[in-house]
Amino acid sequence: MSRAEGKASAGSEAPSGGEALAVGPADGTYAGAGVPSTTSTPGKPGAPKTPSPLWTFGLLRSELGVTFRRWRTLALLAVLAAVPVMVGVAVEIETSDGSSIDGGGGGGGGGPVFIAQITSNGLFLVFTALAATLPFFLPMAVGVIAGDAIAGEANAGTLRYLLVSPAGRVRLLLVKYATTMVFCLVATLVVAASALAVGALLFPLGEVTTISGTRIGLAEGLGRAVLIALMVAASLLGLAALGLFVSTLTNSGIAAMATTVGLLITVQILDQIPQLSALQPYFFSHYWLSFADLMRDPVHWDDLLRNLELQALYAAVFGSAAWARFTTRDITA
Amino acid sequence: MEELPAADPAPAPVPVSISAPAPTPGSVPVPVPEPEPVPAPVTVPVAPDSGESVIATSALTKRYRGGQLAVDRLDLAVPAGSVFGFLGPNGSGKTTTIRMLMGLIEPTSGTARVLGRPMPGASRAVLPHVGALIEGPALYGFLSGRDNLMRYDAADPTADPRTRRTRVAAALDRVGLTPAAGKKAKAYSLGMKQRLGLAAALLQPRRLLVLDEPTNGLDPQGMREIRALIREVASEGTTVFLSSHLLDEIEQVCTHAAVMAQGRLIAQGAVAELAAGARGRLVVTTPDVGDAARVLKEQGITDVVVEENRVTGEPPGRELADITAALVAAGVRVRGFGLERASLEDAFVALTGEGFDVAG
Ligand SMILES: Nc1ncnc2c1ncn2[C@@H]1O[C@H](COP(=O)(O)OP(=O)(O)OP(=O)(O)O)[C@@H](O)[C@H]1O
Ligand SMILES: [Mg+2]
Repeated sequence: MSRAEGKASAGSEAPSGGEALAVGPADGTYAGAGVPSTTSTPGKPGAPKTPSPLWTFGLLRSELGVTFRRWRTLALLAVLAAVPVMVGVAVEIETSDGSSIDGGGGGGGGGPVFIAQITSNGLFLVFTALAATLPFFLPMAVGVIAGDAIAGEANAGTLRYLLVSPAGRVRLLLVKYATTMVFCLVATLVVAASALAVGALLFPLGEVTTISGTRIGLAEGLGRAVLIALMVAASLLGLAALGLFVSTLTNSGIAAMATTVGLLITVQILDQIPQLSALQPYFFSHYWLSFADLMRDPVHWDDLLRNLELQALYAAVFGSAAWARFTTRDITA
Repeated sequence: MEELPAADPAPAPVPVSISAPAPTPGSVPVPVPEPEPVPAPVTVPVAPDSGESVIATSALTKRYRGGQLAVDRLDLAVPAGSVFGFLGPNGSGKTTTIRMLMGLIEPTSGTARVLGRPMPGASRAVLPHVGALIEGPALYGFLSGRDNLMRYDAADPTADPRTRRTRVAAALDRVGLTPAAGKKAKAYSLGMKQRLGLAAALLQPRRLLVLDEPTNGLDPQGMREIRALIREVASEGTTVFLSSHLLDEIEQVCTHAAVMAQGRLIAQGAVAELAAGARGRLVVTTPDVGDAARVLKEQGITDVVVEENRVTGEPPGRELADITAALVAAGVRVRGFGLERASLEDAFVALTGEGFDVAG
């Protein structure tokens, strides 16, 4: 398909019906044009293969396989997995003389609240590691994957071959966004799993003291950890859409990655400037650390929901922008 | 489209027009079958003038965003079953045309129909039947040759995943890449990449192959193989649309050709007719090239070119024997004398002008 998808009713082609024609009827209309019978459909003429709707997921499978087999993706995941190891080891060394970590003054934030508790409960390394990677490492990795999604293919020239295959522009964009979403989840889970493993190895596991001061069992604590990981992954979806949009603007994968990561840093900085407080609720990163509210008892949902709404808004706005851009763009690379 | 320069008393009034709407009835052995009344959700009627043409464009124009007019009111008609050469100097708009045909870029104006359906509107229905090599191959360097093909095949929602492996293996075999199938594509040589690109175009039985300079970067042996492959594919009934600036390549494999210059179509038609449209050259083979050139000029022959051991010029409009007599009278030792048949190159030069300049 092509930009025609974008303007569903613009052409004489009915968008879905026309596509369903893929083989059979197209043969008919064309073979009627006086082509010697040998030229129509080499193979078995008159036996139109009917493509299964499931075949359309082949591209998603291929994309996931290509993404997660890439050395670059594995390196990003390795860096993310290393963060909890470093935090865990640092805490272990720091406290090996019996002293305790000073929680510092960061009251409302995530990290410092949790870090003091790691020595008594390894599960807190999961929360600490997520809080430590969410401001930069995780979104940077997502920015790399999202920024490279379309621009990297354009850069390599493979985009034109995907499109004449024909991958279809909307389908390709959806596949790229889906893959980026999967990467967000996998990256977060890698951090969480690595943290859990290191935490269990270096520190005891046990009952969890919530921020509210109540105590919950280890099983529920693990449940909360999973919820938090999902929340952190969801926090990245807005940035993923933004990166994908940037990726449709240029033919240079590096430029798209750099722009996305640059935007991330800029927004993080602007989020700290008090004069901009009126704008800050619209920054995609503004509610990121709200995941700590999942560790309250009872859970404070306000900021969590606001975060999800904001991510959905970003996904909708920049997803549409990416669609508008990509379905009408001239592919000359 | 412009007619050929009417410099010579052309025997046929329109030697190179195949874009005329009238289909040649003699070429259709079977009575034209009506399109089967397949329960089609939407059957787009084939426009009468695109009936015989696998590719038909009408006033197709592309102006790039920079303002560059790359293709200018192109009317192209590629007959079914032909091997169609698309000729033109660098920058004449060949790749731009192909990009429009493949739905990669939107025409500024005009229309293009491929396999009887409008592009880019019907991309999804048309493109599974089209194999394309556009501006050189593009590969995932970190994937093996085989995995590259698997990926491109997966991108086609009409490609059966159950036969994917066998089709990929067959395509690799066809271009002679089986021994290197497991190698990472970044370790491929240019020629191997080109072959892999061709293999991607041959993943499925195609009705149309669009090849943009397919022998670029190949060694002479590789060129021969690719040409043989093109002939083979064509003999199976696939129409091949081949852009090139290698004239002998077009002459060797193509049945039809079109010539572009500066975004405009200059001529199109059967290769033999195109070549016949250009005049041959008078060739005198002699050790006395200086004298021969002087005599030829005295005889009123224009465009005299002195080469080693031979002198060539525009054939005169009068009796050749007079020239021989003059040469002999002047004491020029003549080893050979005659008219050299016009090649496609001559036709091309006659059409695009000497110099082969890149379009601005
Ligand atoms: N992306 C682009 N943006 C602007 N102008 C372009 C673009 N691509 C090509 N052009 C211009 O369009 C004209 C036609 O280019 P095109 O690539 O179609 O030529 P070509 O016939 O394929 O040449 P070659 O034989 O060198 O491959 C050229 O003048 C070129 O400068
Ligand atoms: Mg070109």
